[in-house]
Amino acid sequence: MNNSRIWSIVIFAAAVLIFGLSWIIIGSQAGHNLTDAFLVTVAAFLTLSILSFLYKDNPYYKFAEHLFVGVSAAYWMSVGFWSTFVGNLLPRISPSLCTYFGVPYKGFDIFFFIPLILGVFLLMRLSSKMGWLSRWSLAFIVGTTAGLNLIRYLRSDFISQVSNTFVPLVTDWRGIGPFFSDFSLSITGQFAMSLSNWVIFVGVFCGLIYFFFSKEHKGAFGYASRMGIWVLMITFGASFGYTVMGRVSLLVGRLTFLFHDWLGLVK
Amino acid sequence: MNKWGLIISLTIIAAGLLYLFIKSIRGRDVERRFIFLFMGLAVAVPILFNISFSEKATPIVKAAFDKIENLPPGSKILISFDYDPAMAPEVNPMTDAFVRHAMAKGHRVYFMNLWATGQPMVATAIDRIIKTEFPEKKNGVDYVNLGYKAGGTGVLNVIITDIRKMYLTDVNGINLDSLPIMNGIRSLRDMDLLISVGGGLPGVKEWVLFAGDPGHIPVVGGCAAVSAPLLYPYYPNQLMGLLGGIKGAAEYESELKRKYPRFAETPQPGIKMMGPQTMAHLVIMAFIIFGNISYFVLKSRGE
Repeated sequence: MNNSRIWSIVIFAAAVLIFGLSWIIIGSQAGHNLTDAFLVTVAAFLTLSILSFLYKDNPYYKFAEHLFVGVSAAYWMSVGFWSTFVGNLLPRISPSLCTYFGVPYKGFDIFFFIPLILGVFLLMRLSSKMGWLSRWSLAFIVGTTAGLNLIRYLRSDFISQVSNTFVPLVTDWRGIGPFFSDFSLSITGQFAMSLSNWVIFVGVFCGLIYFFFSKEHKGAFGYASRMGIWVLMITFGASFGYTVMGRVSLLVGRLTFLFHDWLGLVK
Repeated sequence: MNKWGLIISLTIIAAGLLYLFIKSIRGRDVERRFIFLFMGLAVAVPILFNISFSEKATPIVKAAFDKIENLPPGSKILISFDYDPAMAPEVNPMTDAFVRHAMAKGHRVYFMNLWATGQPMVATAIDRIIKTEFPEKKNGVDYVNLGYKAGGTGVLNVIITDIRKMYLTDVNGINLDSLPIMNGIRSLRDMDLLISVGGGLPGVKEWVLFAGDPGHIPVVGGCAAVSAPLLYPYYPNQLMGLLGGIKGAAEYESELKRKYPRFAETPQPGIKMMGPQTMAHLVIMAFIIFGNISYFVLKSRGE
């Protein structure tokens, strides 16, 4: 027996011992039962299994990863069945099935056979001979999604966003005297508001110039273009900062679970 | 705040950073596992010693808070939980705060999901907040859980004209027409405010595009930090307010605590998480500085 095999057995035995003990100890505490304790222990085991990937790839990580994928797929499918198939389709096509599943019948509607048929076509992908039928369903999905998105994105992401860029470069201007007498660095103050509007204006303007390729980026145009790339870099930096915050939050969440729910170290 | 905890946290972080600084000025590589371990410590120690900092709501969070606060009691607020357990540590504090605030103001709350995985999140939020802190509130009268429907933006396209075309029952199978809270509710246009909490697709952006803008319905968002920079451009015209990441949640909790002192003793996971968050950010900033020092040291040596 080689060393790595011995180590694998030792680690497995230690994991079984630690998590087995954890189950018993948590289950024996007041306010817990063995089922709760088992669930908390399994969650702790899976959390640590995933985190173990930071050291290196290993069978515990693989197990947790595969379990996650499998459970997620099954969960989405079963929820989809109950909420859409039973919840939406059956009440329009079958009173007897509605009675069986305990959902209110809403009257027969022949149009609901269209999504039913398209849904069956999608499942035909499982068949090598009938797989081509799924393309009809996909074509329907792609076509309707593209059509609906085109209108919404054009209105909200283009027209409204362009409109949002038209901001007053000097907000609430009442003359030079009031500007200095009411001067404040507060984010809601006149100076800060005007400054932020200038940032929006200059940022959008220079960002657009950077993506304007019909003219050589030289002279004043070149400076504006360079300013545009600075704006983009700052945006990417802000995005990265937010991403870090998000990832740290998830780590805090898992460590809080381990320290609070599993080990009971913090209140 | 635990003073000794703060001192121990800062000492551990300072020792680690000193080690990294020495490595960086020597231009040596640092084992990546050491970085992970160090990050783990920077986050774990503040959790163990319960370190947190005070928060003050920024205008974008204050706007979200004021929107709910200024609605007359009994207003209809729809909250959509568009996330999964993986995102929960970051956005659960937001949904908790929104629900707590809406219930305290006496609004009627309609829960739904565009993500199947959001359905159990609603159930736990109802158990955690409404059933424990507002036991007098009744299901079907003060709040209702409509549950999940597949279709993403397609669902929004339907319920903006008729909710009952998509939702015949609530999540427990009770006919919507038999619920008092649904009286007079035909479509999303009958809602006074839409709140979407999420961080993926569909999420806050889809609520703005497919419900808020076409229906002229005010939308407030709460999102995972990753998607926050993409949503800020919608504020203030298309999005009434936004809670970006755990920082946004902490600010909202602080505003809620300021306005409703009775919530001072309720759990505030957002504020609690900002302690480890701050420490981790300090460490990452130091990593960036040390990485650059190391780069310039190696460059000066011609390596």
